[in-house]
Amino acid sequence: MSIKHGLLALLEREPMYGYQLRTEFDTTTGSTWPLNVGQVYTTLARLERDGLVTPGEEDDEGRVRYAITAAGRDELTGWFATPVASSDRPRDELAIKLALAVTVPGVDVGAVIQRQRAATITAMQDLTRLKKAGPGDLSWTLVLESMRYQLEAEVRWLDHCEATLARAARERTQITDGAAASSEPATTGVRR
Amino acid sequence: MTAPALEIIDVSRIHGRGDAAVHALRGLHLTVAPGEMVAVMGPSGSGKSTLLNVAGGLDQATAGRVRVHGQELGSLSKGELAQVRRRMVGYVFQDYNLIPSLTAAENVALPLELDKVRTKEAVRQARTALDEVGLDGLYDRFPDDLSGGQQQRIAIARAVVGERSLILADEPTGALDSETGEQVLALLRARCDAGAAALLVTHEARHAGWADRVVFLRDGAVVDEAGSAVTPEAFVSGNGMAGAR
Repeated sequence: MSIKHGLLALLEREPMYGYQLRTEFDTTTGSTWPLNVGQVYTTLARLERDGLVTPGEEDDEGRVRYAITAAGRDELTGWFATPVASSDRPRDELAIKLALAVTVPGVDVGAVIQRQRAATITAMQDLTRLKKAGPGDLSWTLVLESMRYQLEAEVRWLDHCEATLARAARERTQITDGAAASSEPATTGVRR
Repeated sequence: MTAPALEIIDVSRIHGRGDAAVHALRGLHLTVAPGEMVAVMGPSGSGKSTLLNVAGGLDQATAGRVRVHGQELGSLSKGELAQVRRRMVGYVFQDYNLIPSLTAAENVALPLELDKVRTKEAVRQARTALDEVGLDGLYDRFPDDLSGGQQQRIAIARAVVGERSLILADEPTGALDSETGEQVLALLRARCDAGAAALLVTHEARHAGWADRVVFLRDGAVVDEAGSAVTPEAFVSGNGMAGAR
């Protein structure tokens, strides 16, 4: 997701000035993605350059409210209509860490998995406490549940990794035992 | 000082003998305080269900001690053990285990009546317990006329009715959709906040998230524990989705 679309979505509600956009963005996403005012104004400048927003008159305090244009509205409609591609999401450091852990000699991969699982469950407890604290607004509830379901998926995936490693270890042992018992050299192996 | 609701001290449980012996629990330690909810996670065969059975006196430890509200289960006669189970321990199972021919209130009143509480008083307490789980007005309905979520609420009311204050829950949301499952967990949490203690076996991280502590079992022993050290607000503002990876 780009900040651009987030700001357009907020401006679709009503014209706002920069600081107000930042505050509304924080409220809507439950501060999961804090923006600084500099990012807001840089993005607004680009949106204005591309004709997606238009600045209004300066008020008495020198603030300028920005409004969404027809082109901006088309851009926003297109964004809501397009699914998020997985290639647009940031790379998953955890998956890469585990992929590397199984190739580096001396790394206790089981311990790496369990440390992550405990940390993820702790994060889940924190989020669940927020959920218990009471119903927030609908936007924040959806973001919170998104985070909880992502953590749950991560724990399930860690369970799966652990089971896969255990199976690979068993197969390796069987192959080693088979090779020792046979005069024929083993022709297959299990990659770590 | 109030005694812990549950103390499991160096408990082992071995099924079978000799070469066929299976070590379901190996020197396990676990304490649950009143008002505390502890979740147990672990792969199949790690000893989760055995732990619940031993904690509730349904199965006997091969070695070690189990205390429920200070009473050591191993030192009790059969009759005394049955009384501790009736008066102090409530179970919540995946498949509710309600009696279909009894109404909601009669199901909840049953453990009290088995404990010689007079019917009128037992039903009064059962109705209060049903009110507390949000089932007021459904006292006279039969389990089959109610949804899965409502049936599980009856089971929770039965688990906490009277003086019962140790809840042992084995995958209590297994048969429910995710939203109803969350409501059941929130209810268990509320019972703990009101003073009950709960030991919850679950394989779902979202459900474990309701617990104060989460212990991880492997091969019959606790190998790790997760508990929260940071405030939720700090987690979200400093370490949320964007920053966590």
